[in-house]
Amino acid sequence: MRARRWRLIGFLALLLGGVAFAFGFPAFASLHATIQLTNALALALFALSLALVWGFGGILCFGQAAFFGLGAYAYAIAAINFGDTTFAWPTAILVPAAFAAALGYFMFYGRLSDVYLGVVTLTVTLILFQLFNSTAGPEYRIGDARLGGFNGIPSTPPLNVPFDGRAYLSPESIFVIAVLVLLAALFGCLWLLRTRFGRVLVSIRENPLRAELLGYDVRVHKLAAFTIGGGMAGLAGLLFAQNVLVNPALFSLLYTAQVIIWVIVGGLGTLVGPILGSIGLQYVMAWLGTLGWINPNLALGVILVAFVLFVPRGLWPLLVKVVTHGRRLVRGNGTS
Amino acid sequence: MTVAPILEIRKLTKRFGGVTAVDGVDFTLADGELRCLIGPNGAGKSTFFNCLSGQLAPTSGAVHLDGHDISGWPSHAIARLGVGIKTQVPSVFDGLEVRENVWLAARRRYNAREAKERCDELLTRLNIQSLAAHMVGELAHGQRQLVEIGMVIASDPRLILLDEPAAGMSRDEVARLAALISEIARERSLIVVDHDMRFIRMIAETVTVFHQGRVLIEGEVDKVLADAMVKDVYLGKQVV
Repeated sequence: MRARRWRLIGFLALLLGGVAFAFGFPAFASLHATIQLTNALALALFALSLALVWGFGGILCFGQAAFFGLGAYAYAIAAINFGDTTFAWPTAILVPAAFAAALGYFMFYGRLSDVYLGVVTLTVTLILFQLFNSTAGPEYRIGDARLGGFNGIPSTPPLNVPFDGRAYLSPESIFVIAVLVLLAALFGCLWLLRTRFGRVLVSIRENPLRAELLGYDVRVHKLAAFTIGGGMAGLAGLLFAQNVLVNPALFSLLYTAQVIIWVIVGGLGTLVGPILGSIGLQYVMAWLGTLGWINPNLALGVILVAFVLFVPRGLWPLLVKVVTHGRRLVRGNGTS
Repeated sequence: MTVAPILEIRKLTKRFGGVTAVDGVDFTLADGELRCLIGPNGAGKSTFFNCLSGQLAPTSGAVHLDGHDISGWPSHAIARLGVGIKTQVPSVFDGLEVRENVWLAARRRYNAREAKERCDELLTRLNIQSLAAHMVGELAHGQRQLVEIGMVIASDPRLILLDEPAAGMSRDEVARLAALISEIARERSLIVVDHDMRFIRMIAETVTVFHQGRVLIEGEVDKVLADAMVKDVYLGKQVV
């Protein structure tokens, strides 16, 4: 009963704190800081998508960047062709989700083992990287949108007021949307994991054979989780694309590897951890980049190794452990 | 009056390359019957068991369960037909609590409220209610076996397949398990694979002996265990 009450208080605090932060931060921070944090939130949503797929579905996907990149391209192409970003939202979610469903069908129904699944997802991502890199000519266009090869689609439209393609939203409004979308995704994942589907998904991560012997179709559950994760990564791609630009680098090894590191550092098997890990590491990387004497990617590798060796469960479980231990100590002192 | 069979197996064969692990086995289990499968290591019991549970697809032959030909069906589809399966090595959800392990098993068949009631009832019946909030990974081997048995019966299956349920259990635990299995057998059909002859004597009325992938003999437990051929097969092991 007490645990349930604390959980409810935690959810409410997170929700109210998040909403207050969404509206409060742009009022005090500079425009540059607001835009930078919007990017970080988009990438945090990207990390959350892998946290669900890998941390709870047990699917080690080395190609989450494929869905991120597809979401970004789908958004840009739809926004340019419609002249309005309203319908670009569902497009950016459905295209990568459909791609994840098709890819997942062959992987899960083909009963690929975890190692091959990692190899296939990584290979597909690199194929997409090569594919979009070789679309430089004017003949590579979808409607009015030129794919632009290596340079991508630099004139990606920012978000606009629904059904009014000329009324672009301000960076502050887009920041609010990014926070709310991330919160909605987080609460959506928390809800999903409390449903029967979510509990079965976790049981499949723990022991797929036992789940199968209980009568649960492991393939269907994994495919559904993979598809939802693909749609979430696509949504992250949308938020990133409308703020920055769209190019084949979104499918690159950099994004593929970074998102895995964010999840490990934040805490595999948690949802909040990868969000914090992603945002924290992005700021650390940006700061290291300003120093000039150290390669940020090398530093990221060192951070990963340090976490794997000394904090293998990640940042968030460590934080929870410290707080729980602290509360026990306080309670012990209070009663003695 | 003869009881209609729940399980009918005809000419079941499973080959791994050049090795024939199960060789044209015919087997029938009456509805409500408890049958033990015994045999020395490598006799083909586990392969036969895995063909029934869907973990292996038979090379040839037919497995009929309640009138459905389930040969080659995936495990989840066989489980949904009302078959509860316990594997040789305890197969549980180590990272989840005991309660959730049993709840997940019950939830496949029942709604959330019924599954919770069924889960509480089983934890009490198995005398593991004090372990309900423990992670299964933290439990001793015998306790994990009990959790798995709880998971197997949680969805109220008509046929239960138990592969070496008494392995690694203490004498007391084996006696309790035997009592539990006898109780379960009043309502359901069971196939139990085991090596422990004391345990077999506690629960079985009829036994099928496997040897070199074939059925060597089957019949009443006392007659079968007294058979010279069976003693021979166990190569000097005392069949008490």
